[in-house]
Amino acid sequence: MNQSLLRNPLYIGFAAVAALILLSMSVTIVPETQQAIISSYGKVDRVVNPYRKGEQFGETRAGLTFRIPLVEQIQMIDKRVLSVEMEQQEVLSTDQLRLQVDAFARFRVTKPDRMYRTIRTEDRLRDQLRTILGSSLRNELGKRTFSSLLSAERGQVMDNIQTALNREASKYGAEVIDVRIKRADLPAATLQSAYNRMRSARNQEAIAIDAEGQKEAQIIRADAEAEAARIYAISYGKDPDFYDFYRAMQSYRQTFQNGEGATNIILSPQNAYLEKFRNGR
Amino acid sequence: MSKKIDEQSASISSADAKGPWDTPSSGSSGKPKKDVGGEPVADTPGEKPGPRNPWEPSVVEGGKRQRGPSLEDLLRRTGGGKGGGFGGMPKRADGKSWWPIIVGAFVALWLVWTSFHRLGPEQEGVITFFGKYSRTVGPGIQFTLPAPIENIQKVDTKQIQTTAVGSAKASSENLVLTKDQSIIDMAYDVRWSIKDPELYLFQLDNADGTVKEVAESAMRAAVANYDLTQAIGPGRGAIELEVRRRMQQVLDEYRAGVLVQSISIRQSDPPAEVNDAFREVNAAQQRRESYMNDARAYASRVTELAIGETAEFDKIYVQYKEAPEVTKRRLYYETMEQVLGKVDKTVVETGGVTPYLPIPEFKSRPAPKDEPVTVTGKRQ
Repeated sequence: MNQSLLRNPLYIGFAAVAALILLSMSVTIVPETQQAIISSYGKVDRVVNPYRKGEQFGETRAGLTFRIPLVEQIQMIDKRVLSVEMEQQEVLSTDQLRLQVDAFARFRVTKPDRMYRTIRTEDRLRDQLRTILGSSLRNELGKRTFSSLLSAERGQVMDNIQTALNREASKYGAEVIDVRIKRADLPAATLQSAYNRMRSARNQEAIAIDAEGQKEAQIIRADAEAEAARIYAISYGKDPDFYDFYRAMQSYRQTFQNGEGATNIILSPQNAYLEKFRNGR
Repeated sequence: MSKKIDEQSASISSADAKGPWDTPSSGSSGKPKKDVGGEPVADTPGEKPGPRNPWEPSVVEGGKRQRGPSLEDLLRRTGGGKGGGFGGMPKRADGKSWWPIIVGAFVALWLVWTSFHRLGPEQEGVITFFGKYSRTVGPGIQFTLPAPIENIQKVDTKQIQTTAVGSAKASSENLVLTKDQSIIDMAYDVRWSIKDPELYLFQLDNADGTVKEVAESAMRAAVANYDLTQAIGPGRGAIELEVRRRMQQVLDEYRAGVLVQSISIRQSDPPAEVNDAFREVNAAQQRRESYMNDARAYASRVTELAIGETAEFDKIYVQYKEAPEVTKRRLYYETMEQVLGKVDKTVVETGGVTPYLPIPEFKSRPAPKDEPVTVTGKRQ
């Protein structure tokens, strides 16, 4: 009989499967990332590998855990930092400007037994937190002006939301670590007007730059002319009479010699130029 | 009835797969294993080799209807063996079963496969003992206990990962609000690496997604502190630094085990919608430059001219000072020569004579007034 049992793989297989089933019902591996609730007929008996603040990996209670098959049930609850994302919401600021806000929160199940009793699964906890996050975000942001939502004051807003959210979350044995606005966008209608504003601001800037260029150019010209006048004054001011004479000579040359058109000059003998001409006659 | 079907399907499956641990009841295959198996197998004569459909009760062959193995045949065959239905394992030379060898080989393979791990130079392995963190090992061949006892998770710690946010494509804009409530279109890369593989693996659900989310949040928070002109131009470097600082701070708060290496803004532009207005500003800046260049050119011409003219005057003035009267006279005569040398001259004696002036020459230029240019009187 023994011989045939050993030779027969089916019996060995059966035995192995039965042993495995029994083993899997009584022994569970709890990984570092999970905490296990062991309950008997709905009553929480103990928690394996619960979250403890500041513990080091390797010192946790993760590992093999035993339970009585069929009597005790095991339920895994995530030990890691979980995220809950809120879908985009339109928030109205106090100055009646609309903003589309996209936020997320990070939380962790710190009291798995309470969480198991109150809400049972992480997904349902997430849904719950998402709703609370949405409403407290609307409440908190609705108290602010649009510009303060964008600025550094946002830190305070986020802290308030986190506090509000934490109050709710602690009822479910969870702790909110962080709340952040991921995106804050203008809705489509406002976006267009923002574009228009940006465009007009740019146009204004362009015109201002253009005008400034013209102004600068004029100043440069005026400066140059003043400088030229100064140079002339220094030079010619030494002898105004001579300047008058010299400039007249230049002017004649310019006018009669280089000027356009034919020139006819009728001279009177009294002309200074002809003085010698006349005297010599 | 159901029993018959079971038996038939069993016989067929054994005919299909001819593994070493096939059941010996291979009657339908027509290939008896009695020389190896040692079990007397009742051959069904006239059976064709090869698989056949068990649900088809009969096959017409050579005009003669043939039935598959009858229930009686099967019962006889399976019942006829001395060890029951599944005892027909082929035996080794010494008569012992192959089973221990096969199982042993599998176990050995399993042990080797799950105990030795090769880690690349960029990797670190986090080993868990029944799910509990045990140790972290570096690159090379590493040994662990076999699979259900110890597990290894390989993490690329040396490699720098890049997470891209926003795209350079015009179709999808990643719009970010600035301090002055303007909007810019941004695209940037976050380069990060895993600082602490245990934390990275055990601390965060979806760590990669977290990095991206935190990056987006930090970027938007940072840009909200800068004006539009800063954000699209000179402020970029400062924004990058600030985002990196904020990200690291948040991720450390999460104990994510992630080190943010750098942020690089690939693109930070005004949205396509208002781009033309921004280009107009650039054009205006260019125009301003050209206005000023023109003015500078004019300015230098004017001043140079002044310097040149006064230099000439000064030189002559020096001469004039030496001998004022002579120089003056000389200049006067020279000028008169030049002026009068090339023009028509008429000398009119005054007193009693009324000069008649025919003006036939005035034709080269249609002057608006037909008056000769007359220079009379003394000059000086």
